[in-house]
Amino acid sequence: MSTHVFKPDLPPPTLSVGVLGWLRANLFSNGFNTALTVLAVYLIWLMVPPVIQWAVLDANWSGTTREDCTADGACWVFIQNRLQQFMYGFYPLSQRWRVDLTVLAAVLGAVPIFVRAMPRRWIYAIGYLLVYPWLAFWLLHGGLGLQIVETSQWGGLMLTLVIAVVGIAGAMPLGILLALGRRSHMPAIRVICVTFIEFWRGVPLITVLFMSSVMLPLFLPEQISIDKLLRALIAVTLFEAAYIAEVVRGGLQAIPKGQYEAAGALGLGYWRMMGLVILPQALKLVIPGIVNTFIALFKDTSLVIIIGLFDLFNSIHQATVDPAWLGFATEGYVFAAAVYWIFCFGMSRYSMRLERRLHTGHKR
Amino acid sequence: MQKPVTGPSVRGSMLTDPKIRAWAFQILAVATVVAVGWYLFHNTQSNLAQRGITSGFAFLNNPAGFGILQSLIDYTEGDTYGRVFLVGLLNTLLVSVLGIIIATIIGFVVGVSRLSPNWLISRLAALYIEIFRNIPPLLQIFFWYFAVLRAMPPPRDSHALGEALFLNIRGLYLPAPAAADGFWAFLVALAIAVAGCVAVARWARQRREATGQRFPVLITCLALLVALPVLAALVAGSPFTWSVPTLTGFNFRGGWVVIPELVAITLALSIYTAAFIAEIVRSGIQAVSHGQTEAARSLGLRPGPILRLVIIPQAMRVIIPPLTSQYLNLVKNSSLAAAIGYPDLVALFAGTVLNQTGQAIETIAITMSVYLAISLSISLLMNWYNKRIALVER
Amino acid sequence: MTDNAKNHTLGDKLMIELQGVNKWYGEFHVLKDINLSVRQGERIVLCGPSGSGKSTTIRCINRLEEHQQGRIVVDDVELTSDLKHIEAIRREVGMVFQHFNLFPHLTVLQNCTLAPMWVRNMPKREAEEVAMHYLERVRIPEQAAKYPGQLSGGQQQRVAIARALCMKPKIMLFDEPTSALDPEMVKEVLDTMIQLAESGMTMLCVTHEMGFARTVADRVIFMDRGEIIEQAPPEEFFSNPKNERTKTFLGQILNH
Repeated sequence: MSTHVFKPDLPPPTLSVGVLGWLRANLFSNGFNTALTVLAVYLIWLMVPPVIQWAVLDANWSGTTREDCTADGACWVFIQNRLQQFMYGFYPLSQRWRVDLTVLAAVLGAVPIFVRAMPRRWIYAIGYLLVYPWLAFWLLHGGLGLQIVETSQWGGLMLTLVIAVVGIAGAMPLGILLALGRRSHMPAIRVICVTFIEFWRGVPLITVLFMSSVMLPLFLPEQISIDKLLRALIAVTLFEAAYIAEVVRGGLQAIPKGQYEAAGALGLGYWRMMGLVILPQALKLVIPGIVNTFIALFKDTSLVIIIGLFDLFNSIHQATVDPAWLGFATEGYVFAAAVYWIFCFGMSRYSMRLERRLHTGHKR
Repeated sequence: MQKPVTGPSVRGSMLTDPKIRAWAFQILAVATVVAVGWYLFHNTQSNLAQRGITSGFAFLNNPAGFGILQSLIDYTEGDTYGRVFLVGLLNTLLVSVLGIIIATIIGFVVGVSRLSPNWLISRLAALYIEIFRNIPPLLQIFFWYFAVLRAMPPPRDSHALGEALFLNIRGLYLPAPAAADGFWAFLVALAIAVAGCVAVARWARQRREATGQRFPVLITCLALLVALPVLAALVAGSPFTWSVPTLTGFNFRGGWVVIPELVAITLALSIYTAAFIAEIVRSGIQAVSHGQTEAARSLGLRPGPILRLVIIPQAMRVIIPPLTSQYLNLVKNSSLAAAIGYPDLVALFAGTVLNQTGQAIETIAITMSVYLAISLSISLLMNWYNKRIALVER
Repeated sequence: MTDNAKNHTLGDKLMIELQGVNKWYGEFHVLKDINLSVRQGERIVLCGPSGSGKSTTIRCINRLEEHQQGRIVVDDVELTSDLKHIEAIRREVGMVFQHFNLFPHLTVLQNCTLAPMWVRNMPKREAEEVAMHYLERVRIPEQAAKYPGQLSGGQQQRVAIARALCMKPKIMLFDEPTSALDPEMVKEVLDTMIQLAESGMTMLCVTHEMGFARTVADRVIFMDRGEIIEQAPPEEFFSNPKNERTKTFLGQILNH
C-alpha cells in the first residue's frame, strides 16, 4: 500500500488572475468586449466631466441672492437660501422645533423595534403604533397648550413624509382586511373585495386625487367641509390599500395549507386563526413587498401638486418659478431628485436585504 | 391555486351553524355597501340640486369653445365636448404607444447590458436602473419640460441637426412627408416586398424541414424590402415630397412639429419605465438556468440558435406578465401629462371640461372608466396568455 | 448482460487525450497535471470525493470549462479557443447532466430533434425518425409528445440520453447521471447506460455507482484534490487498491 504524495498547489498563470487577469476577463476578453469597453469609456467621458464641472467645480456655494451666482456652474446658493422652506413649507418659524421633535420621536421610538435582542418586541411595536400617531398629530397640529398650525401651512419634505406615512399606515389595516376578504369562501365578500381592489388598481392616482378634491365634497352632507390635506390622505389611503391588499394576498398564498389545518385542528376560530397563526407569518413574508409599495407611494406623493398641496416637490417647483430666482430650475430639480433618490434607494436596499434574510430563513 | 381553508368550515361548534353565520355575514356586508352607496348618492343628489347642476351626459353634445394644443383629429373650438373626449383619448394613446415602444427598446438594451460579461457596461446599466427608477416620474417630466425644453433657445437660434431637424422652445421640428407621384407605386412595391418576405420565410422553413438545407432569409428579406421600393421610386418617380421646416420671420413653417409637452412626457416616461423593464428583462434571462445553455452548447448548437431556440422562448414566459403590468403603469402614468399641460384625457376632461361644465361626477367617471377598461381588458388578455404558455408540469 | 458488457475489444485509436492539463478557478488549483488517454470503445468510470475535479475534467473535454495549460485532443482535433474546433468536437461528444437539463418548453420529441435539425441540418422527418429510434432504445417512445415536466426523473434522464444519442456522437460523457434521482429510478437509467456500453460506445462516466463500474468499466479512475491518484481495471481497483486514499474512499462509499 502506498501513500499518495499530492502535488503542491501552483499559482495560476499570471494572465488569469490579479489586476491583469481581472481586466482581461471583464473588459478585454475578446474583440467585441474590447469594443464595448471603449464605448463605455467614451460614454463616461462624455457624461461625467461636464456634470462634475457644472455641479462642483464651477458651482457657486455661498451667498444670499441670485447676484452671488456669478460662475457658469450650478447655483447652490438658491438651494441653501430656500432649504428651510423645502423642509418645512410655511410652518411658522418659531414652531419648527415641533416638526423636528416629531421626527426625532418617530426615530427614537422605532429603534427598539429593530433591536432583535429586545424582549416583547411585538408588544412594544403595537403599543408604538397605537400611541405615536396621536402624539405626532398633537405635535404637528397643536392644541392642548400648543399653538394651532393649520394644515394649509404644512409643506415641504415634512408634508411629503406625512402623506406617505399616513397613507401607508392607513392602508395597512384596510389592505389586510381586503386581502382576507379576497381569499374568503363567502362569494359576496369576495366580489365586494375584488371589485374594490381592481377598481383602485385600474385607475391612475391622479384621477383619484381629482376625484377626492371635487367629488368628495359632493358625497358628504353639505355642512361637513373637509380639509384639503385630509381629502388627499383619504384618496391616497384608499388607493394604497388596494396595492397593499395584493401584496398581503401574496403572503397569504405562500403560507402552506398545513398551517391552516393545524390551526383549525387546535379549534381556533377564523379571526383567532388569522390573527394568531396565519397573519403573523404572512406579514413577515410580505415586509419587502410592503416596503416596495411604500417606495412607490413615496414617489407618488409628488402628485399632490395637482391639487395644490405644497409637498417637497411642489415647494421646490414653486421656488424655481419665483421671479427672484428664475433660471435655476435645473438646480431645483436636481436637488429634489437627490432627496427622493436617497429615500427611495435607501429603502429599496433595505427591502432587498430583508428579502435575502427571509430567503435564507426559509432554506434553513 | 390552493383553496382557502377558513374558520367556520373546520369549526365544530354546535351553537352556531357556520352556513347560517356565513349567510348572515354576507347579507350584512352587502347591506352595508348598499347603505353607504345610497348615503353617498343621496348626499350627492341634494348637493347637486342645491348648486343647480343637472346631472347626465347631455353636456357631451354642447360646444366646448376652447382650443386644444395638439389634436390627432380635426378639432375646432366649436366642436362638442364629446369630440374633446376623443381628442384627449387619442392624445393619451399617442403618449402611451410612443412611450411603450421607446421604453421597450431602452429597457431591453439596458437589461441585456446589465448581464454583459463586460464589467463597465454592466455597471453603467446598473447605474441607469438605480438612478431612474428611484426618482418620481413627475419630477422627471418636470425636469425635461421646465429645465431642458423650456430653456431651449427661441426659433431663430434653434439647435439644428443638418438642415432638417430643429429643436427650440416651441418644440421639435421634423421634415414631414407628403404623397407625391410615385407614392402609390412605392406603397404597392412595399406591400409586395412584405408579402414576398412572408412567402420566402415560409418556403425556407418548409425546405429546411424537408431537406435540411438552409436559406439566408434575413438577408433576402432586407434586400427585398430595400430593393423593391427603391426600384418603384426610380420607375414611377419620388414617392414623397418632403416638407422641410424653414425659418420665416420668428417661427418655422412647414414640417411636423412635436410640441415640447409631448417630447417631455414621452422622454420621461420612457426613461423611467425602461429602468423597470430592464430589471424585468434581467431577471427573466437569469431565470433560465445555466444548465439550459450548457445542455444546448454540449449538443453543438451555436450561440445564435441557443439564444433563439432555448433562452428567449423560456425567458419570455417569465418576462411577459410583469412587462405587461409595466405597460399598464405607463398608460396610467401618462395621466401625469396633465401637470405640464399636455392635452391628454385627464387634462382635457377631468381638467378643462370639468371646470367649464361643473359636471364633476360625469367627467371623472368617464375618465376613470377609460383607464379601468384599458386595465381590465389587458389583465384579461394576460390571464388568457399565461394559461396558454404555462409550462406543462406533472 | 454482465458478460456481454465486458466482452469486447478496444480499438487502437485514441479518442481522447489529455496531456498535462492544468486549470484554476481564480486562485484555486482545480486540475493538476492531468494525463489521460481513452481508446475507442473504452469505458471509463471516474470517482472520488466531491470537489476532486472529476466533473471539471469531463467538462473540459467538451469545453464547457476552459483549461489553462496542457493539451486536450478529442478525435484528432485539438481544443483551443478556435470556435470551429469547439463546435466540431461538441458535435461528436454527447453529454448527460446530473440535473437532466431538458428544455422544458419543448416536447420530448422536439428536445431530441432540435440539435440534429439545427446542427446537422437534418430534414425534419429524418430527425424525427432518428429521435423515435433512440427513444425506443431508451424504452420511452410512448412519451414522445409529452413535455419534460410531465415525466419522472428517471424518464427525464433517459430522454436526456436519447437526446444526446440523436447527434450520433462518438463519445458520451456522463456527469453523475443518477445522483439527482430517487433510488427506485436509478436502475432504469443504469440499465440504459449498460445497454449503451454494450453497443461499443466510448464512455466517460462520473458516478458513485460502484456496481455499474464493476459491470461495465474497462478502467476505474480515482481522483482527489485535482489529481489522478490511481487507475486500474475494476477487478483490481476494488479488490486490491494500491493507494491508501483509494482504500479509505472505497471504505466510505461501499460500507454505508
